[in-house]
Amino acid sequence: MSDTHAQSVAFVRETAIPPAAPPSTAAGPVKWVRDNLFPTWANALLTVAALYVIWLVLSSTLPWILGGIWNTNSLAACREILDGRSAACFSVLTERWHQLLYGFKYPSELYWRPNLALLLLFFAAAPVLFFDLPRKLLIFTGLYPFIAYWLIWGGTILAPLVALAGFIAGYLVYARLVKASFAKGFLGGIAAAVIVWGIGGYLIPEGASDRAMLEAIPSRDLGGFMLNLMLGVTCVSLSLPIGIALALGRQSHLPLIKGICVVFIEFIRGVPLITLLFVASVMLAYFFPPESTVDLFLRVVIMITMFSSAYIAEVIRGGLAALPKGQNEAADSLGLDYAQAIRLIILPQALKISIPGIVNIAVGLFKDTTLVSVISLFDIVGMIRGPILASTDWNGVYWELLMFASVLFFVVCYGISQYSQWLERRLATDHR
Amino acid sequence: MTTLTDPPKESFKLSMLLNDTRYRSLTMQAIAALLLALAIVYLGNNLIQNLRAAGLNISYGFLGSASNYDINQTLIEYSSRSTHLRAAVVGILNTLLVALLACATATVFGVIAGVLRLSPNWLVRKLMAVYVEIFRNIPVLIWIIIIFTVMTASMPAPSAFRGEDPASSMLFGAFAFTNRGVYVPAPVWGAGSMVVVAVFVLSIIGVFAYRRYATKLLYDTGKLLPMFWPSVGIFLLPAILAFFIMGSPIGLDYPELKGFNFGGGIKIGAPLIALWFALSIYTGAFIAENVRAGIQAVSKGQTEAAAALGLRPGRVMNLVVLPQALRVIIPPLISQYLNITKNSSLAIAVGYADVTATLGGITLNQTGRAIECVLLLMLFYLTISLLISAFMNVYNNAAKLKER
Repeated sequence: MSDTHAQSVAFVRETAIPPAAPPSTAAGPVKWVRDNLFPTWANALLTVAALYVIWLVLSSTLPWILGGIWNTNSLAACREILDGRSAACFSVLTERWHQLLYGFKYPSELYWRPNLALLLLFFAAAPVLFFDLPRKLLIFTGLYPFIAYWLIWGGTILAPLVALAGFIAGYLVYARLVKASFAKGFLGGIAAAVIVWGIGGYLIPEGASDRAMLEAIPSRDLGGFMLNLMLGVTCVSLSLPIGIALALGRQSHLPLIKGICVVFIEFIRGVPLITLLFVASVMLAYFFPPESTVDLFLRVVIMITMFSSAYIAEVIRGGLAALPKGQNEAADSLGLDYAQAIRLIILPQALKISIPGIVNIAVGLFKDTTLVSVISLFDIVGMIRGPILASTDWNGVYWELLMFASVLFFVVCYGISQYSQWLERRLATDHR
Repeated sequence: MTTLTDPPKESFKLSMLLNDTRYRSLTMQAIAALLLALAIVYLGNNLIQNLRAAGLNISYGFLGSASNYDINQTLIEYSSRSTHLRAAVVGILNTLLVALLACATATVFGVIAGVLRLSPNWLVRKLMAVYVEIFRNIPVLIWIIIIFTVMTASMPAPSAFRGEDPASSMLFGAFAFTNRGVYVPAPVWGAGSMVVVAVFVLSIIGVFAYRRYATKLLYDTGKLLPMFWPSVGIFLLPAILAFFIMGSPIGLDYPELKGFNFGGGIKIGAPLIALWFALSIYTGAFIAENVRAGIQAVSKGQTEAAAALGLRPGRVMNLVVLPQALRVIIPPLISQYLNITKNSSLAIAVGYADVTATLGGITLNQTGRAIECVLLLMLFYLTISLLISAFMNVYNNAAKLKER
């Protein structure tokens, strides 16, 4: 049988044919270009239009940037070298970079101090931003504000030490009393800190700042991008706890506390930041005791912190509202009291939900720190519009300076938002 | 026989104020009230002492006195002899003007960019992502200054338009872009022009009436009337007819070079352009993200179900996707409008005379009435934002999903 059959078929393939490559128009880059750039006529037109826009932008900016001059001392000298050619005078950056970054009064031989503070900031922020790092590093984060304060402002080391001692005393008392009840621990901690600060304030000798290890720098000498960074970091970190407290207050069942929080939040959110800065610059001084001199930097920090804490409170309220009611009831049925339920059950989940919102607020706030230039603080925008553009050497060089400021802000803000997206993916523990 | 007796009545103890939930809330509120009262007394006392030391008092009398300063762009009549109150009103109107303009253009930019970010075209998608990221991550104050610099430093002076072979020329012979601002043709209202305007307004109402009627007909009988072309016809034809029947009563007054500057037309000052455009592109980037999120929030099953019912793509968009997407888009859109209104206070950085610049700037500096000026300023912004949030609540209630 099989023999006859073998004769009846001329050819039998015994191995499988390897699959042929797809036609060149349906694979590889050609297919990608077809699918993504020219799928339909209308789309092809869009692609061409987009290419034209890109060409327009690049052809006008690239030669201007690449042909830039980096080593002259004034705009006139730069224009002379350019000889009518249109190109950038980046020499304003090489000559004035220190003013843009540190302001025009910070002593140049002391730049290492803010630099070191910035470097340490990365180490202090790392354990907060990345959970995998050992928790022990948080101790340094706790110490950082005092170190940074001492580095940037200088003066006697006793002042930050006393402040630190107050916090430590408060924490110790809190840790001892919190076992009895949270309220006792909380109030006791505050009382202990206030007592230590009061005593410490008397102990600091008069004129200690004059013979301090680090030369004291007054706040009005701070400026440039450093000022933006300082305002952003300080106000965001101060406004987080206040924002949490406001959000909890707004959810509270106690009508008076709820009322205070609602009025505060809605009032702050209803007015532009610039009016609050006006308050800081012209009005707030009336509310401090006479003879006290609270400097403008501190007043601005107070107002910006109030501003951002109201916004952060709203974000956290959204997180609290998004939690299922069952979480609260489950905490109750376990016998946890209010403080325990909030600390152990509610806040960890609510904060996780609110992280993207909080980061948005932080980015927005950091951008808004440029507004202080309106009340004549010399942040980076204030430096550009004030001392640099007003100087005879650099009067008329706008684009290079504004581009520099834009790039700085873009790098920081884009970096933060990328981090927040990473964190969101990282924390997404539900429905995958 | 055993008798049930009430448990011995617990007498009130002081520690119950902290430990008994019945009283604890009262204790907490009493403490809060006490602290609040202390803070108010302390701050008020400081205020009174400081004011007395500076020889000041709180009074709003300065609003009635002459302002003694000029404002370059005003919507109502104003001169330096007008009162501070009128200067504040000029500022308020200017704020509302730039806010309205910026809201409109920001919406247009945002919707276009948001839709294009979802385009199947890779290049367009990436380009829009770059636009959104660049504009969102750079402070709006810097954008305002950049555009203001473009307007004042890169635009030609009016003198460049002069001569036989001028260095610059007007766009379409009607728009002049100069470093003092943009000059556009102004409408001239002749006799009978009110009739044309009335007809135009009526035809807008007519368009809505027609669409309503067509929808009702569709729901009642299933009969489908054409929508687009009749709407365009009702919108345009009566007004054009009325325009020619009345003998072209509305003319245009073109800007012309007179002496050292342009005369005629409407001048839109460089500060207004800078503020308007910067707020539009900056907020547009945020709106683009809202629009994108809103469209993506409509689940794919909805589109597929609509397609399975046999709806054409345009109708899928109009009847299924958009109504659901708008529910997600509009609340953040309204809060972006609120942001525009608040950010318009940055006008002070480029010298646009909004309410912050008049009331909170020059008036404050001239009269030294810091507390009064700042309070009035806050009151204005607070009113606006409360109005907008009230509107938003009304919308949210109306748009809420009707569930069981």
